Amino acid sequence: MSPFYDTIIIGAGMSGLAAGIRLAYYDQRVCILERHTTIGGLNSFYRLRGRDYDVGLHALTNFTPKGTKKGPLTRILRQLKISWDELRISPQLGSEIVFPGVRLRFDNDVDLLRAEVASKFPDQAANFDRLIAAIVEYDDLDESHLEISARARIAEYITEPLLVEMLFCPLMFYGSAREHDMDWGQFSIMFRSIFLEGLGRPHAGVRLILKQLVRKFRGLSGELKLRAGVKEIVVEGGHATGVILDNGEHLAARRVLSSAGWHETMRLCNDGQPVTPRSTGRLTFCETIATLDEQPRDLGHRSTITFFNDSDTFHWAVPNEPCDVRSGVICSPNNFAYDAGSKNISGTMRITALANFDYWQSLDEETYQLEKLRWYDRITESAVRFVPDYRSRVIDTDMFTPTTIVRFTGHDRGAIYGAPDKQLDGRTHLANLFVCGTDQGFVGIIGSILSGISMANQHCLRD
Amino acid sequence: MTGEEIREEVLDILETIAPDEDLSDLDDSKSFREQLELDSMDFLDIVMELRKRHRIQIPEDDYLNLASMDSTVTYLKPILKDVEKAK
Repeated sequence: MSPFYDTIIIGAGMSGLAAGIRLAYYDQRVCILERHTTIGGLNSFYRLRGRDYDVGLHALTNFTPKGTKKGPLTRILRQLKISWDELRISPQLGSEIVFPGVRLRFDNDVDLLRAEVASKFPDQAANFDRLIAAIVEYDDLDESHLEISARARIAEYITEPLLVEMLFCPLMFYGSAREHDMDWGQFSIMFRSIFLEGLGRPHAGVRLILKQLVRKFRGLSGELKLRAGVKEIVVEGGHATGVILDNGEHLAARRVLSSAGWHETMRLCNDGQPVTPRSTGRLTFCETIATLDEQPRDLGHRSTITFFNDSDTFHWAVPNEPCDVRSGVICSPNNFAYDAGSKNISGTMRITALANFDYWQSLDEETYQLEKLRWYDRITESAVRFVPDYRSRVIDTDMFTPTTIVRFTGHDRGAIYGAPDKQLDGRTHLANLFVCGTDQGFVGIIGSILSGISMANQHCLRD
Repeated sequence: MTGEEIREEVLDILETIAPDEDLSDLDDSKSFREQLELDSMDFLDIVMELRKRHRIQIPEDDYLNLASMDSTVTYLKPILKDVEKAK
């Protein structure tokens, strides 16, 4: 007889692991299936030529200090029974949004951003405070707000177009699956998580978070199978009854929770169910990673994250070019306020830029390698207009493209933030198949962990 | 379990759910939500912990009985009357 589980979870990323912990804690037999050789999905890590690299995570959003009683980070830690000290997240030193002629600095105290807005855009200071008040009041449980255009709402408060663009830039880079605009709900959630709460990072990076999740899950007798890709979700009489793995093995389950993505999950169902028509996510990135022979601060670079854009208008759309070098995100994991005595992390500069999946997908292997080198240079060249030129200090480099993301995560088109339309209730055409992760709800590390927790709570615990 | 034993058990559950909260001056007549910053996810955890520990099912419509310590003990007394308190 094939093994029988209460819940099978597809994907050992943040959402799948978080869901697994919830279910295993309440004594379910849970198995998490991961096709890749390691955990993490869209937020993962690897080692190359003796160096540790993070994928995905620049910084955790929603940072609140130890002892905070409210907010998503506190909620997650409580739900997963992880103590604040197990993650040991250190706050950012301070970040910035740079457009031609204007630099807005911000840190984990919103008063800095308020002061910056007041000094660079004096006639918008009162408007900005009104905007903050509206966002504080925004109720994220009221789903009717979700579909309002954020651009339309912001225009009711901020009347200086440049400031509007500067506010959208970081929020879109860190979590908009939609081109050109965001939903007001998503804007408010991102605004809070970045500007009102803040950014932080564990000294050991994303691997620490993932390893804590796995340790917790296994400690509760959860099963985690790597190199165990799901080939099919078996459907009988309108119910999912289990899965068939790539190696032909059959696993039976009372229900299935999938973090593979909406379309990806629909395609796995073997009942010929037509995939609900909805648009796929199109926004994806290239990222260059440079290791330096000194700390970025020794070059005069103290910013944790620098969001840049080289004109007054910010373009958030799939570029026609292989990469859009007009804007980007420069992240230096060195620039967090780690505990005194922490070992220095090798000097690192990561730059993320929008990319065109179709272009990268179309290349043969040789051209792909050459294009990676060419665009590594172009992205870096663009970024050093906004931060100290570090190119003479580089001792090692790496780069990922949209096809790298597809290879390691299985997400269509390398869409980091998933489809623009989310399946908020997590339900599918089958009564016992649910989705979690980027296509269900919110994005980023905190968002995906919350997604896993809430889908487990809503659909998998109460029977 | 007696009322007092149930109260202890619920306190223990609250401690598991919200380890950072100080429960020593909990007012039994006031709502948990008001005193402890519990949200709906935490209430689900109270229900799930009771189920895990004592194999009792609490229907969703009854969740509002778990608002305060007093109402929780009153609600659980008949349900747990034949259950021995675990060590």
